[in-house]
Amino acid sequence: MAKFQGAIVVDREKCKGCGICASICPTKSIGMSKEVNGKGYHFALLANEETCVGCASCGRICPDGVITVYRAKVE
Amino acid sequence: MEDLRLMKGNEAFAEAAIRAGCDGYFGYPITPQSEVMEYLMKEKPEDRTGMVVLQAESEVSSINMVYAGAACGKRVMTSTSSPGYSLMQEGISYIAGAELPCVVLNVVRGGPGLGTIQPSQSDYFQATKGGGHGDYRLIVLAPSSVQEMADFVPLGFDLAFKYRNPVLVLADGVIGQTMEKVVMPPQRPRFTEEEIRKNTPWATVGKSIDREHNIVTSLDLQADSQERHVLHLQEKYNEIEANEVRCEQIKCEDAEYVLVAYGSSARICQKAVDLLRAKGIKVGLVRPITLWPFPTKEIQALVPHVKGFMSVEMSLGQMVEDVKLAVDGKVKVEFFGRCGGIVPAPEEVVHAVETKLL
Amino acid sequence: MTLNEICKPENLVYKKTSLLTDKVMHYCPGCGHGTIHRALMEVVDEMGLQDKTIGVAPVGCSVLAYDYMNVDMQEAAHGRAPALATAIKRLMPEKFVFTYQGDGDLAAIGTAETIHCCNRGEPILMVFVNNAIYGMTGGQMAPTTLEGMKTATSPYGRDVHKVGWPLRITEMIAPLNGVWSVSRHTVHTPAAVQKLKKALKKGIEDSMAGKGTCFIEVCSSCNSGWKMSPVDANKWMADHVLEYFVPGDIKVDGQMVR
Repeated sequence: MAKFQGAIVVDREKCKGCGICASICPTKSIGMSKEVNGKGYHFALLANEETCVGCASCGRICPDGVITVYRAKVE
Repeated sequence: MEDLRLMKGNEAFAEAAIRAGCDGYFGYPITPQSEVMEYLMKEKPEDRTGMVVLQAESEVSSINMVYAGAACGKRVMTSTSSPGYSLMQEGISYIAGAELPCVVLNVVRGGPGLGTIQPSQSDYFQATKGGGHGDYRLIVLAPSSVQEMADFVPLGFDLAFKYRNPVLVLADGVIGQTMEKVVMPPQRPRFTEEEIRKNTPWATVGKSIDREHNIVTSLDLQADSQERHVLHLQEKYNEIEANEVRCEQIKCEDAEYVLVAYGSSARICQKAVDLLRAKGIKVGLVRPITLWPFPTKEIQALVPHVKGFMSVEMSLGQMVEDVKLAVDGKVKVEFFGRCGGIVPAPEEVVHAVETKLL
Repeated sequence: MTLNEICKPENLVYKKTSLLTDKVMHYCPGCGHGTIHRALMEVVDEMGLQDKTIGVAPVGCSVLAYDYMNVDMQEAAHGRAPALATAIKRLMPEKFVFTYQGDGDLAAIGTAETIHCCNRGEPILMVFVNNAIYGMTGGQMAPTTLEGMKTATSPYGRDVHKVGWPLRITEMIAPLNGVWSVSRHTVHTPAAVQKLKKALKKGIEDSMAGKGTCFIEVCSSCNSGWKMSPVDANKWMADHVLEYFVPGDIKVDGQMVR
């Protein structure tokens, strides 16, 4: 069976750090940053690169539309 | 051949709307203007020109439908009478703020409150000083005949689109209900979508790829840009004041005394002028056709030649304030009016001139 | 594979639709409005309707929706969005017309416009976002505020005997003959967002086909107004709001199903 590896790119400056993406991520791959962005928010980031499968759940629920999702087939 | 009809003022207004290429009428019944929508419904303008006519659930809804239609670049209008016009003030303020063109008819009845259904001119302040919240003005046309009820529809649309500003036709129960001869203006075509996209590029008709999305709003939360917007409106109003004053002067050339009256009061005053002149008293009449912009300069030009003015109104003295502002204390300004739905007789005006002005 | 190897255009599976502008939304962190805006604009995008769409924005938190939705939009006075949409649709029947309103706008000040627009069966899509509170003005009681719920104007909890019960306006308008479809959704899980998008698509299709008014309520959290974290607010909504405002279909293709 083909295995997928995913990745997300978060627009750090537009992220408001609500944490909803992290709370619904089925593989618990998303975490919140220790540092803050220009608005003072702890932005979302891909905390576990290995587990993300690129399901795009985070992208679909993100209230601010700041997550872009990629997915590649791993041979 | 001219199209001569015998019609009520309200009916003439409705027929003229169809002929003005109006796209939509949205209204709510209220005496004494209900014939406007009744006529339109009977006439089936959707078959004649494609014009939409809709009876809304309230005047509030009607005026907001007008807002939306105007925001689509369409020629839209509504009509009502005083209590309904009060309900529309919020919407008219939004229309003025968003700079949308439309025509509104107020066939004034006596007030305040539910008042009476008889004619009055007691909505002058509301009509000419803004009416709703915020710094804004309407162009106010005051018909004094059924002919003008018809003529002011195409004129109203022309002015509304020229300045992107609502135009109010301020009639009263006499003008709305009186049946007179009227020559109907010719049929104008409705705007095509191409014309709308070209002439009103701000209209919300669907975002095309060659422009940004259009937004029609009266909101601007930043104080500095809101101030710029209100100053821009003021510039527009100054331009309207400079270009669009309309008034009629009757027998003012040699007049020693001048009556100032609009709408049906002006017709009564015309008779009073004749009665007074028959007695040897040289009286003239200034009839403002635009109540805003007010014919201030026209009145000022008469001041050096006359001994006094009298404002005659079916109210307890509203336009008289604008006459006083124009005259600026240089000669005396008197007032005569009836209210509560009473239409004064010419003899009452004659008596008022003799006792107050001479 | 490294991140750089994965994040290539050919591997793209999800990005914000171009039918949302790049303006940073003014909404509080975690607010559902952003998700609902995007769901709606994604569907309009997928259906290729950008050039045929006219939207009407309300007064309330989503008053600036017109800044974010990249379609022609009008801003309505408080509660009057259905009146605006009526005129737009009547004057341009070939367009897709939608309203976007909150609970104060649609179910309090604009109740008359809501009911009469639905009763006339105006073929438009009405999107009703219910977060049980007035967000924009600072968290006052809404017609949909739950019994006992504390707000700025019900600081001891909503007393239904004094101010009435939370209004299920969606159930009220559903039986009207002019109304074609009615459903209630949420956006607190990715699956719920997908369900909402399906309903939006059907609503757009049916309204464009002239079937009647298509009405979609979306229950959303207001974490600022509810004074909770965004994640907690979503959980509280699922546990409490959805008990009273039950999600699902209420009217399908002109037939009551609840």
